[in-house]
Amino acid sequence: MTLAELVRRLDLTILTSLPEGDVEVTRGYVSDLLSDVLGKASEGAIWVTLQSHPNVIAVASLLNLSAVIIVGGIIPDDATLERAREASVPVLSTQLPAFEIVGRLYQLGIRGNVDSCVDG
Amino acid sequence: MGLKPLLEMRFPVQGNDFIQAGEASSRIKRTLQQIGMESSLVRRAAIASYEAEMNIVIHAYHGELVLTIWPNLIEIVAADVGPGISDVALAMQEGYSTAPESVRQMGFGAGMGLPNMQKCADELLVETKVGEGTRVVIKINL
Ligand SMILES: Nc1ncnc2c1ncn2[C@@H]1O[C@H](COP(=O)(O)OP(=O)(O)OP(=O)(O)O)[C@@H](O)[C@H]1O
Ligand SMILES: [Mg+2]
Repeated sequence: MTLAELVRRLDLTILTSLPEGDVEVTRGYVSDLLSDVLGKASEGAIWVTLQSHPNVIAVASLLNLSAVIIVGGIIPDDATLERAREASVPVLSTQLPAFEIVGRLYQLGIRGNVDSCVDG
Repeated sequence: MGLKPLLEMRFPVQGNDFIQAGEASSRIKRTLQQIGMESSLVRRAAIASYEAEMNIVIHAYHGELVLTIWPNLIEIVAADVGPGISDVALAMQEGYSTAPESVRQMGFGAGMGLPNMQKCADELLVETKVGEGTRVVIKINL
C-alpha cells in the first residue's frame, strides 16, 4: 500500500509533508526504544512510537524509514518537526494508541519482520 | 595495515548534547552514500556509527568519530574522554545499561547499542580505561 493511501485509510494527520511520488510501504515496526528500532526495523518500514523528540528523526532518517507515526495524539515540538523537514522524514500523528494503530496497519497488509540489521 | 587509507574524516561529538546528537553518524552515512558504497554496507556502518555516537553523548564527556576507508574495509573509531567501562563483557550483554532515567524516557538505555554494533560489524573492539575514556573500533569488510 502507498504511504498516501495509508494516511487516508487510517485518517492520520500529516505533520510534515509526504514525499512527492508514491512510496510503497510493506513493513512496519513498533517500539519506543531507539536501539531496538535500529537493530530490528527494516529498510523502508513505517515506525509506530510514542517518542517525539528529535532523535526519533535521526533514527528514522538513518534507517531510511518511510514514515513515523506518533501515537496517542502526541504532537512533537518544533525542533523535532524542523529536523524532520530537513531530513525529509514524513511525521504522522494519530489519536489512537499503539496497539490499535498497529492492528489497523496489519489489517491493511503491513507486516513486521524478524530481520537483524545485518540483513537489512 | 600496510595499506594507505582512501579517505579519513573526523566528526566531533559533544557529551549530553541531544540536539546535535546523530549529526556525526548522519554525515558518515552521507559520505558513504556519496562515494557509492553498497547500500547494505552503508546501513550497517550508519547503525553502528549512530550507536557509538549516542554512547558518547549519553555516557561520556566528549569525543569524536573517525571514519577511515581502507581498500578492504570501512573503519569507524569512536573515541571519547569519559568514565570508561569497568566491565566490558557485562556492557556487551543485551539489556545491560547504566543510562540515567532522564535519557531512558527518551527511549535510550535499552542496553542494545553495543550488541547492535557487534551485529553490524565484522569486527568490534572496545578499549577502555576507567576514569579516562573509551575507544570503540568498528570494522566492516568491503
Ligand atoms: N562510551 C562509553 N563510555 C562509558 N560507558 C559506556 C560507553 N559505551 C557504553 N558504555 C556502558 O555500557 C553500557 C551498555 O551500552 P549499550 O550501548 O549497549 O547500551 P545503552 O547505551 O545503555 O542503551 P542503548 O544503547 O540501548 O540506548 C552503557 O549503559 C554504559 O554503562
Ligand atoms: Mg548505547
